[in-house]
Amino acid sequence: MDLTTRLVHGGENPEDGFGDLTPPIHLSSTYAQADPERFGPYDYARSGNPTRAALEEAMASLEGGARGLAFASGMAAIASTLLLFSPGDHLVACRDLYGGAYRALTTLFARWGLDTTFVDTSDLGAVERAVTGRTRAVYVESPSNPLLTVTDLAGVAALAKAHGLVSIVDNTFMTPFLQRPLALGFDIVLHSATKFLGGHSDVVAGVAVMADAATGRRLYAVQNAFGAVLPPQDSWLVLRGLRTLAVRLAAEQATAQELAAWLAKRPEVARVHYPGLPGHPGHDIHARQADGPGAVLSFELRSPDAAKAFMRSIRLPKLAVSLGGVESILSYPATMSHAAMPPAERASRGISDALVRLSVGLESARDLKSDLEQALGNDGRR
Amino acid sequence: MSASVTDKEARVHLDTRLAQCGSRWDSRTGAVSMPVYQTATFRHAGLGKSTGYDYSRTGNPTRAVLEETMAAIDGGCRGLAFASGMAAIDCLARLFAPGDRIVVTEDLYGGTYRLFERVYKPLGIEAVYVDTADTAAVEAAFTRKVKALFVESPTNPLLKVADLRALGRLAQRHGALFIVDNTFMTPLLQRPLALGADVAVYSATKYLGGHDDVVGGLLVAREPDVAEKLAFLQNAAGAILGPQDCWLILRGLKTLGVRLRRQQANALDVAAFLAVHPAVVKVHYPGLPDHPGHGRQLLQATGCGAMVSFELADPSRAADILAGVQVFLFAESLGGVESLITLPAVQTHADIDPETRARLGVTDGLLRLSIGLEDPNDLIADLEAVL
Repeated sequence: MDLTTRLVHGGENPEDGFGDLTPPIHLSSTYAQADPERFGPYDYARSGNPTRAALEEAMASLEGGARGLAFASGMAAIASTLLLFSPGDHLVACRDLYGGAYRALTTLFARWGLDTTFVDTSDLGAVERAVTGRTRAVYVESPSNPLLTVTDLAGVAALAKAHGLVSIVDNTFMTPFLQRPLALGFDIVLHSATKFLGGHSDVVAGVAVMADAATGRRLYAVQNAFGAVLPPQDSWLVLRGLRTLAVRLAAEQATAQELAAWLAKRPEVARVHYPGLPGHPGHDIHARQADGPGAVLSFELRSPDAAKAFMRSIRLPKLAVSLGGVESILSYPATMSHAAMPPAERASRGISDALVRLSVGLESARDLKSDLEQALGNDGRR
Repeated sequence: MSASVTDKEARVHLDTRLAQCGSRWDSRTGAVSMPVYQTATFRHAGLGKSTGYDYSRTGNPTRAVLEETMAAIDGGCRGLAFASGMAAIDCLARLFAPGDRIVVTEDLYGGTYRLFERVYKPLGIEAVYVDTADTAAVEAAFTRKVKALFVESPTNPLLKVADLRALGRLAQRHGALFIVDNTFMTPLLQRPLALGADVAVYSATKYLGGHDDVVGGLLVAREPDVAEKLAFLQNAAGAILGPQDCWLILRGLKTLGVRLRRQQANALDVAAFLAVHPAVVKVHYPGLPDHPGHGRQLLQATGCGAMVSFELADPSRAADILAGVQVFLFAESLGGVESLITLPAVQTHADIDPETRARLGVTDGLLRLSIGLEDPNDLIADLEAVL
């Protein structure tokens, strides 16, 4: 069955119960057992819940993995995955990545003995040079947040295998609808399901999908022991969002392409970052490894003041954190997604104070363009 | 803070309105998703003072945002949300009195037929059924004073198309209320109020909710006087929709545009496939050029929808087909993201007596499809395997 069809039917189990078209929401925290020595399939909701299981199986199927696991947030998924490693281990990670991941790596995990070297992963040589005897994994985002930097995923996966490293990728921006890293050789795919998967800005959730069952079992042990599980109602909401992922993201991507091309020609805009633009570094690699450039773009105004004036003039997209919802969202990485990264670190990565990030929603392209136009016209005119 | 439509907002397109429904209501927190006001009652600051809300049956903010959104996208002055599509129709029926006559589409949803025949006929409200796709037949039914004209277009399940503008003029000439059940089309494809209807009614369970996980009904009234009467009935009889379900429908509305357009495209592919299949004797889909209502549909709507029905050459095969489908789900309802198949004669139209059913063409070999978001190749392959 095609991905589009599996999106619509994921989570359904025609053998269960009453033939509900949508999975029942199992709220029970505990399950009665017939026998003290032989438990049924569920015993305690932290360890397993049928509604969460429906989402986990749907995600495993969509990403083409052996096992899916759902967590209380994208950060919980990342943090639980990092708990696969031990004090003294080393990680190679991409330089421009979500600020929350950067914060977890450089504070929580560094304190606890997991070291990270950040490199420009679009340069495979740099990745290879960063590998030491203690390196256990490579962690990337492609396209990255917020500069949409493209990494050669098959290249990184091959490199990781050659060095016996676990390869981990955050596939939030693309979703399995546009990019399937496990098929390119990755071991673990992570998602903030809060974004495009849930799709309606109304649920916070994270998902991990493992290519092989053994890694799946190891991460399950972490999920069960540390318990940052996604509750059943939220699992159900993410499943509901998945039903329309294809139609939402296809429409949002089409609008994003139109807006990116239009912004690139505006005198008020210094630079646009979007994998769909022919001049974007890694454009060709992205076109090979993904089915589309997605619905997130970022662009630089002429100055930080111009960026702030622009953000204060925008009316249709919401000025907010997050992305991937049906409403367009404009974010300011400096104070939002990348606030957790110290200013010097941001600057060295090219994440300037003039940079804004736009997550394109389902509003009409005409209305969005008209609003962006009036806001661009207002920048600097204060 | 209410979601009132400012002049500027009135100029945005439908897709924009849908994508952002409810996302500007909460000025206190800026919540992008409308909060679910799961409350029965509301505190007053003092005697004679009110926030505008006092009891959730009468008014609830989450329900209000759904109602206002529907009014805005359907071009009406007021929306009203009910516990089910039938509860919405029931509210309309309460506008009438013993001795009143209503003219109704003869091939319509069996539940509506049941309400009129088994609940309101004993109370003295007389429904007469005509082929509303035949404007002259409708005119002929206005022999004595008719209080209302209740029409589905396209009809369920034969997808016959009525001339809504002509029927609107007819109803107006006779001082009758013109009601259109617009469930199959939704305001995205067809806006009955703009064509002359006084009230549009929806089973929001279908395309509006869109995910087969909430039962609800909606009315949208064009004029304030009708709206006021309906609002009074909604409060007095109390068949309101709860806040969680209102919220789920709002969530569904956000993707109505992308869902229904894709489902409609898929439906055309499936209809075209069925039209040339040897096991199929007839296909009903307004999007096919040889459908009798095809031209009329395109004049009054911007699309033909995602419902397709077809007649088997061999009706005895229906049971096997229903048991054999792998992608289509054999289930009641319609309009959701999953494709469904039903046998109207024994399901949705079971309440209509056999002779009437046969005369209408709701035969034992008539299957109805609600086309979802699956890949159309998978849907066609599934039908090919069972036909």
